[in-house]
Amino acid sequence: MMRLIAFLLLIAVPILGVYTFVNAQEHNWWFPPAYSTFAPDIDWLFNFIMYMVAFTFIVTEVALAWFVWQYSAKRNDKGVFTHGSHKLEMIWTAIPAVALLVIAFTQMETFAKIKFASGFPTDGPYTREKPIAEVWASQFDWRFRYPGDDGVLGTVDDLESSFEFVVPVGVNVVFHLRARDVIHSWFVPEFRLKQDALPGHTIPVWFQATKEGSYDLVCAELCGWGHYKMAGRVRVVSAQEFDAYMAELKAKWFSNGKE
Amino acid sequence: MNPVSTPSAPVITHHAPHLQPGEGEPGTVRESHDHHELGFLRKYVFSLDHKIIGLQFLFSGLVFLVLGGLMAMAIRYQLAWPWTPMPGLSWMFPATGGAITPEFYTMLFTMHGTIMIFFVIIPLLTGAFGNFLIPLMIGAADMAFPKLNMFGYWAMWPAFVLILMGFFVEGGHAAGGWTSYPPLSTIESAAPGSLSGQTYWLMSLTWVGVSSMMGAVNYVTTIVKMRAPGMTLMRMPLSVWGLFIAAFLQLFALPVLTAASIMQLLDRVIDTGFFTPTNLIVNNLTPDSFAHGMPAAAAGGQPLLWQHLFWFYSHPAVYILVVPAMGFTSDILAVHARKPIFGYKPMVYSMAAIAGLGFIVWGHHMFTSGMNPALGMSFMVATIMIALPSAIKVFNWLGTLWGGRIRLNTPMLFAIGFVSMFIIGGLSGIWMAATPVDIYIHDTYIVVAHFHYVVFAGSMFAIFSAIYHWYPKMFGRVMNETLGKIHFVGTFIFTNCTFYMMHQLGVAGLMRRTADPYAYDVYAHLQPLNEFITLSAFCMFAWQIFFVVNFFHSLFWGYRVGRNPWQANSLEWDAPSPPGHGNFDGPLVVHRGPYEYSSPEVAEDYLPQTRAV
Ligand code: HEM
Ligand SMILES: [Cu+2]
Ligand SMILES: [Cu+2]
Repeated sequence: MMRLIAFLLLIAVPILGVYTFVNAQEHNWWFPPAYSTFAPDIDWLFNFIMYMVAFTFIVTEVALAWFVWQYSAKRNDKGVFTHGSHKLEMIWTAIPAVALLVIAFTQMETFAKIKFASGFPTDGPYTREKPIAEVWASQFDWRFRYPGDDGVLGTVDDLESSFEFVVPVGVNVVFHLRARDVIHSWFVPEFRLKQDALPGHTIPVWFQATKEGSYDLVCAELCGWGHYKMAGRVRVVSAQEFDAYMAELKAKWFSNGKE
Repeated sequence: MNPVSTPSAPVITHHAPHLQPGEGEPGTVRESHDHHELGFLRKYVFSLDHKIIGLQFLFSGLVFLVLGGLMAMAIRYQLAWPWTPMPGLSWMFPATGGAITPEFYTMLFTMHGTIMIFFVIIPLLTGAFGNFLIPLMIGAADMAFPKLNMFGYWAMWPAFVLILMGFFVEGGHAAGGWTSYPPLSTIESAAPGSLSGQTYWLMSLTWVGVSSMMGAVNYVTTIVKMRAPGMTLMRMPLSVWGLFIAAFLQLFALPVLTAASIMQLLDRVIDTGFFTPTNLIVNNLTPDSFAHGMPAAAAGGQPLLWQHLFWFYSHPAVYILVVPAMGFTSDILAVHARKPIFGYKPMVYSMAAIAGLGFIVWGHHMFTSGMNPALGMSFMVATIMIALPSAIKVFNWLGTLWGGRIRLNTPMLFAIGFVSMFIIGGLSGIWMAATPVDIYIHDTYIVVAHFHYVVFAGSMFAIFSAIYHWYPKMFGRVMNETLGKIHFVGTFIFTNCTFYMMHQLGVAGLMRRTADPYAYDVYAHLQPLNEFITLSAFCMFAWQIFFVVNFFHSLFWGYRVGRNPWQANSLEWDAPSPPGHGNFDGPLVVHRGPYEYSSPEVAEDYLPQTRAV
């Protein structure tokens, strides 16, 4: 009886595991859509690991259930008397070692592209030295400071907005991420991009949005009691709309923004 | 035929052959070897006996387990039905009509994590079982330093008092996460819990560290110096190896955490500014007006320094949470499968490799922290490679079961459950180790799923398994098998329902530590799934009643058993149940390793380490 129950419980793990995966998309328990240039790469790497892992998961879980079923104490003889097998140890050390190294090395290029200084865009309108804006995180809101007409941050013609960060579509956007008080984290699920904002540091971040729209900007690092509501938006617009937005922001900022 | 000689005893090891003569006398509760009777206080409170100290750790760990579990239930309630009055707690929040406040929520998950890691799992594994098992398994009469051992437990009491006092101070308890990242945790105006709760948190953890340090020194010395004749290192049960390696991890990693905690404490009370950068503006307050935790204008500190120091301890600490559990599982699988452990040496080496590699992977918690990304790359390779020794262990556990004669007793069920769940937890580690993927899944529910699979479904299952397995040795009575099996089945089902689905939340991008996920559009559709998880978690919590009843009922009314109810080989089963002062009847000689099950040398399917053939 217990043997049957244990077998069913153990075999249910891989079966329901796979079942959940197959049905995940339908329930929206899967990735949100991928709207940055590197988002599909990250999804691909995730799936690549998943297929290797799923294989190991299924094989080991099924073997476990099977052994529990098969080698029950009901048999009246003794168990197999063995202390192991050198050959098997070599096999199950070498094969996973190779698989793991393959996983490790396939990851590197994408990470370097996203986070390394050398991966940052150098052509385009925005670079590490000349960002589109400075993004300030503080308890519990987001502020965006654009450099204004002179293209230089920290001058009198800087423009500020809060809550909504407007960026052009199809362009490499670089911004400087800063924190005023405690650690926060910039996270836009659709872009697959996360970077902590570290007080005392200015961290350059880049992405290229591939689809116009408005996306949730989530704070992903605990920053205090209001962490859950530290929401912002990233609005991705066409180049013309972006220019219009900047003009509008400028008008607003210099008319009634600060006297 | 069953090996338990009391006529009314249940069959706890079915199909077992007759006992060896001289073992398992009915109700063997040996007279203590003590000549002088100790008073109650000396015997049970200020005891020098490693077994009593182990039990003290066991009971206090279980009490904190209930507290930590209740907090988990409150967390789950909020995630399923945010801002609705919480049954049982609503009286505390008249201002919100009974709904908990976000401040309270941040405190809940901070203290849940802190209590479960530092007051439940570590004390249960190393404190309770480390103390109880090490001398018994290596054939020693007690620990090398019994007084130090007693202090090791009593150093936990200031920790208990401080951690509980923190709940009642102004602003409530610490609320910066169990990771306590500054400046959130150091600047008083940054969070209510940072007002003074954090100070209690830091002082309490320092005491836990003192206790762990005394324990670790004792374990290492005892294992090195006090093994019985013939007990070579390579004849030690894997439980002892796991505890030995965990003690080394404590010895090398803990000083770093202690130093870091004291630095944070100094930041908080005398404004040293180790972790606080210059010119912060918190809560619209400029540096000069911060009450505390930040010196005027020029602090020049580094928040990342804390993260490095914290994880330099806390990554090895997560292996402290699992390496002993791996040891217990190995032993319990071999005993109840009636088979030698498959690949003893690879098992030892892989545990050592996990521990060694464990010191060079801490940066995998910081891939998106702003740390040099090139450093992230090397931490990735080290972390991915740490999955290798974990995989080797899983294969060897499977090898141990293969060809066995498996007796599905409760300890065995939990041990098999451990293997099944550890596979999931270990495998999900690979995604998070992969730096580009971790950019997305860091700080999401995938991380939460991962560590609950390794720590709850892993370590906690191993602790349950160990309690059922060694209970007869601790109390001379066996726990009820039927209740035990019911306990296992429900716990296994609800654990998976609760934690497996958290992977899906994580893939959907849901970040952790949020009081109300549905404040964001991207997460609004996840509420039904969260409700399912919450209901599963409630069922799991309620199901533990079977364990509680069984545990206490069996203390008084469980069937008495002899020395070796499971027909196991290792030395503790040579001692009376429960062992008296001094543990063994007399000097022992060890003839072989602990895993000679189903050996052709003898008629029975087990061959104790002490038996000369
Ligand atoms: C197969 C081996 C393992 C690998 C590759 C691995 C990898 C990782 C990685 C990369 C993270 C950081 C994820 C993130 O924050 O983005 C992590 C988190 C964590 N791991 Fe593991 N892990 C492994 C095994 C374990 C074991 C055995 C335990 C404990 C028993 C454990 C406990 C934890 C905990 C508690 C955290 C979360 C800490 C926090 O942020 O609160 N891991 N693991
Ligand atoms: Cu936040
Ligand atoms: Cu880690």
